[in-house]
Amino acid sequence: MIELLRAVLVAPFADMAGNPTFLVEVLLGGIAAGLMYSLVALGFVLIFKASGVFNFAQGVMVLFAALTLVGLMDMGVPVPIALALTVVVMIALAFAIERAVLRPLVNQEPIILFMATIGLNFFLEGFGEMAWGANVKKLDIGIPDTSFIVRGVQMNRLELTAALTAAVMVAVLAVFFQRTRIGRALRAVADDHEAALSIGIPLKTIWIVVWSVAGLVAIVAGIMWGSKSGVQFSLSLLALKALPVLILGGFTSVPGAIVGGLIIGVGEKLGEVYWGPLVGGAIENWFAYVLALTFLLFRPQGLFGEKIIERV
Amino acid sequence: MIYRETGQFKTTYAADQAIFPIVQDRFVVLLAAAAAFVVPPLVAGEYWLQAILIPFLVYALAALGLNILTGYAGQISLGTGGFMAVGAYSAFKLSTAFPWLNIVAVFLLSGVIAALVGIVFGIPSLRIKGFYLAVATLASQFFLIWLFNKVPWFVNYASSGTITAPGRRVLGVMVTGPNATAAARYVVALAFVAVFALVAKNLVRGRVGRAWMAIRDRDIAAEIIGVRPLRTKLLAFAISSFYCGIAGAELVFLFLGSAETQAFDINQSFLVLFMVIIGGLGSVLGSFLGAAFIIVVPIFLTNLPHMVGLDVSVALLKQIELMVFGGLILFFLVVEPHGLARLWQIGKEKLRLWPFPH
Amino acid sequence: MPGTLAAQSIPDTGPAGGLGRDPLLRVEAITVRFGALQALSAVSVDVHRGEIVAIIGPNGAGKTTLLNVISGFYHPQQGRIVYEGKDRTHLKPFDVAALGIARTFQNVALFKGMTVLDNIMTGRLLKMRGHFLLDALYWGPAKRQELEHRAAAERVIDFLEIQAIRKTPAGRLPYGLQKRVELARALAAEPQLLLLDEPMAGMNVEEKEDMSRFILDVHDEFGTTIVLIEHDMSVVMDISDRVVALDYGRKIADGSPDAVRKDQVVIDAYLGVAHD
Repeated sequence: MIELLRAVLVAPFADMAGNPTFLVEVLLGGIAAGLMYSLVALGFVLIFKASGVFNFAQGVMVLFAALTLVGLMDMGVPVPIALALTVVVMIALAFAIERAVLRPLVNQEPIILFMATIGLNFFLEGFGEMAWGANVKKLDIGIPDTSFIVRGVQMNRLELTAALTAAVMVAVLAVFFQRTRIGRALRAVADDHEAALSIGIPLKTIWIVVWSVAGLVAIVAGIMWGSKSGVQFSLSLLALKALPVLILGGFTSVPGAIVGGLIIGVGEKLGEVYWGPLVGGAIENWFAYVLALTFLLFRPQGLFGEKIIERV
Repeated sequence: MIYRETGQFKTTYAADQAIFPIVQDRFVVLLAAAAAFVVPPLVAGEYWLQAILIPFLVYALAALGLNILTGYAGQISLGTGGFMAVGAYSAFKLSTAFPWLNIVAVFLLSGVIAALVGIVFGIPSLRIKGFYLAVATLASQFFLIWLFNKVPWFVNYASSGTITAPGRRVLGVMVTGPNATAAARYVVALAFVAVFALVAKNLVRGRVGRAWMAIRDRDIAAEIIGVRPLRTKLLAFAISSFYCGIAGAELVFLFLGSAETQAFDINQSFLVLFMVIIGGLGSVLGSFLGAAFIIVVPIFLTNLPHMVGLDVSVALLKQIELMVFGGLILFFLVVEPHGLARLWQIGKEKLRLWPFPH
Repeated sequence: MPGTLAAQSIPDTGPAGGLGRDPLLRVEAITVRFGALQALSAVSVDVHRGEIVAIIGPNGAGKTTLLNVISGFYHPQQGRIVYEGKDRTHLKPFDVAALGIARTFQNVALFKGMTVLDNIMTGRLLKMRGHFLLDALYWGPAKRQELEHRAAAERVIDFLEIQAIRKTPAGRLPYGLQKRVELARALAAEPQLLLLDEPMAGMNVEEKEDMSRFILDVHDEFGTTIVLIEHDMSVVMDISDRVVALDYGRKIADGSPDAVRKDQVVIDAYLGVAHD
C-alpha cells in the first residue's frame, strides 16, 4: 500500500525534479499539443457561440480542408493559389451546410442539431475520401519541422508556429466578437434564433459567415495538424479530442478554448510521461476526458462558461 | 384501415391503460409475436438469420436500453459501447469460470454487473447535464475500452486479445459457440428481447417512466413536485446499462462468436444512438424500427451494386455508404425528427381516414 | 365533489391573522442574495391555515423568489422557513413537496412530452410507493396502485373540467388550458399549501373568471391554504383574505385587501392612481 502511494504521489514528482530540462521539454510539448487542440476547439466555440449548434463535424471539416489543400497542391497548384481555392471551397461548404442542414432544422432542439452534425460528419468523411483518395498525404507548405536548442531545451519550429498562429487567431476572434456589430449579432443568434430573427438579424447571412470563419479556422488547424502528422483520416477524430478542451474552457468562450487546450495538453503529456508507465501506458485515450470530468464535477459550466443560473 | 377501431369504449381504467387498448391490435401483435418464434427458424435461410435477424434482435435490445436512458430519461449517453463491453466481458468471465452456470443466468448476471457499472458512471449526471453529460459518458466509453484492452485477466490471458463464446446449452439445445445453429441463437435472442421489451413498456407507462419523463422535460419543476433526481437518473442508468450489457453479451455469444474491444468502440455507441434517434426517442417501437433500419441499410447498400449489375470497388462502396448514411440521417432529422415511430403513427392515422385526405 | 381528496377536516378559517392558532407557514426575515443583487431583504410573512394570501408588487420585486424559497429551490442566506411549527429552511425541493406543498410556475412548467393525464399523474408520484419488480410486470399491487391513482387523477380532471383533453400531449394545448392542467397537477398531490405563481397570466376575462372559480372551489371544498402571486387587482380583491405587497425585495404592506389598496406606499410603488 505504501509502495503504491509512493509510486503515485511521490515518485513522479521526484522524476520531474530530477531532470528539469526534460520536464521543460515535456511541458513545452504539452503546451504545443494543447494549442493545437485549441485550434480545433476554436472552430467549435465559434459555431456554438453563434448558432447554438455543437458541430460534431468540425473535426472532419479540418480533415476536409487539409485534404482539399493537399489535393490541390499535389495537382501542381502553387501554394498561395491552393490556399485561396481552399478558402473558397470552405465558404462554399458553409453555404451548402446552411442550405441543407441549418435552415431546415431551425429552432429544433439542440440534440437534433447535434445529431445532424454527426450525420454531416459521416457524409463529409465519405465525400472527402471519395474526392481526394484515402491515402495518407504529406502536407508541406514551407514550415520546417525541425528542432533547435535554446538554453539546453529542445524546441520545434513547427510547434512554435502553430502556437503563435493559434494565439493570433484567438486574439482576432475575441476582438471580432466583442467589438464588432456582427459579433454582437452573432451572440444574439446564439441566444435565441427566433428572437434574433424578429429583430431583423439576417439569420442566413450570419450562419454563412460563422461557418465560413469556422472553415477558415479549420484550414489553419488542418495545415498545422497535417504538417505535423500527415493528412489522414484520423484527423477527423480530432473532434473527440477537442471535447475535453471545450468542457474545461466552456463551450462559449474563445479564451476558454485556449486555456482549456493548454490544461488538457499539458495535463495529458505530464500524465502520460510521469504516471503512464505505472498503469502500462496509453492512458492518453481517456486521461483528458477524466480530467475534464473531474473539473466538471466542481464547475458544471467549465472554467469560462457562463454560469448556468436555473430559473423556475 | 384493415379493421374498424371505433366503437370500442373502455369502461374501466384498466382497459384504458392497456398497452394495446384495441382488441384487434392485441390479437395481431400476439399473433405476430408467436409467428416470430416459429416461422423464421423454419423458413429463413442461414444468411437471413445470421446476417439480418440475429443482429437486429441484439441491437434492438441495445437500442431499447439507450432509449430508456436518452429517450425517456433525457440523459444523453455516448457510452453505450462501453456498457455493452462490460456485459460481454462479464459474460465471458462468468461462463468460463463457472461452466455449469446456465447461459441465461450468465446473461442476466452480466446485465446486473453492467447495471452496477452504469450506476457508477451515472453519478456525475446529477451535476452535469446535456452535452456536458454526453462528453462525460465518453469518458466512461474510452476508459472501459482501455481497461478491457490493458488488463489481460479479462480475456483469460489469451495472447490474441479476443474473447470467444464457449458452447452452452439451454434445455438440451446448443445455443452458443461454434456448434449452435443460427435458428437456436435466433430464438434465444428473440426470447430475451421480447421479454425485456415488455418489461420496458411496463416501466415506461407507469410510475417509473413518468418520473423519467418528468426529469427529461423539466428537471427543476420535477424536483419541486417531488421527483428525486439522483435516484431517478441512477435508476435510468442502471436499467439502461442492464439492457446494453445483455445486448453486449448477446453480441458475442449469439452473433459474432468472438470479439475484440474494437467491437465495442465509439462507433458502436454512435450506431446505437442513430438507431434510437432515427427510430424515435422515447418510443419502444422506435427502438425496433431504428435497429431494423440501421441493420438493413448497409446490407442493402452493399448488395445494391451487384443487384443492379454495377461493379464497384470495396473502398468506393464504403465511402458511398458513409455518404448515404450521413445523408439519410440528415434527411430523417429534417423530415421527421421524432423518427420512424412518429412516421408509423402518422401513417396509421392516414390509413384510418383513407381514402379521405382528412 | 365531496372532500374525498383531502384527508383533513374543514379548518377554522378565521379572519386575517387568526388568533390563538399557529400559522401554517412562517416566513421569518428571509434574505436572498444572488451575488450583488439583493432579491429579498428580511421579508416576513405569516400564512394561516385556510387563508388565501395574495402577493403583489412590480416585476422584479422578489415575488417568485419568495415562492422559490418556500419550495426549497433557493436557500436563503438569512432567515427561516417554519412550516407546521418546524424549521424547513434547508430542505431539498422534493422533501418540501413531501410535506404537502404544491406549486404552479410563472412560465408554465408542464412536461411537454407527456399527455395531460400523465402530467397530472406525476402530481401523484409522491404518493406512489415503489414495487420495482412488480412495476416491471405491471401486475398485482403495482397495477392496483396505478389504477387507484388514475382514479384520483380523474377526480381532479372532473373537478377542473378538462376531460376532453386528457390524452392530448401537453405541449399542444393552448396557453390557458396549460395553466389549468398545471393547476390540476398541483391539486393531484392533495396539498395542504398551494403556491400559485401568476395563475391568470395571459388569460382573457372569461378564463380568469373560470380560474378564480376553480381556486375558490379548491379552497372551499378542501380547505387548502393558498398563496398566490397575481397582477390583476380585481382578482386579488375578489378572492384573497389578505394581501402582501413587495417592492425591491422588501415587504411594504401586509393586511386586508382594502387596507393595502388604500396604502399610500403601495400606491406609489405599484398601484398608481386612476387618471381621468
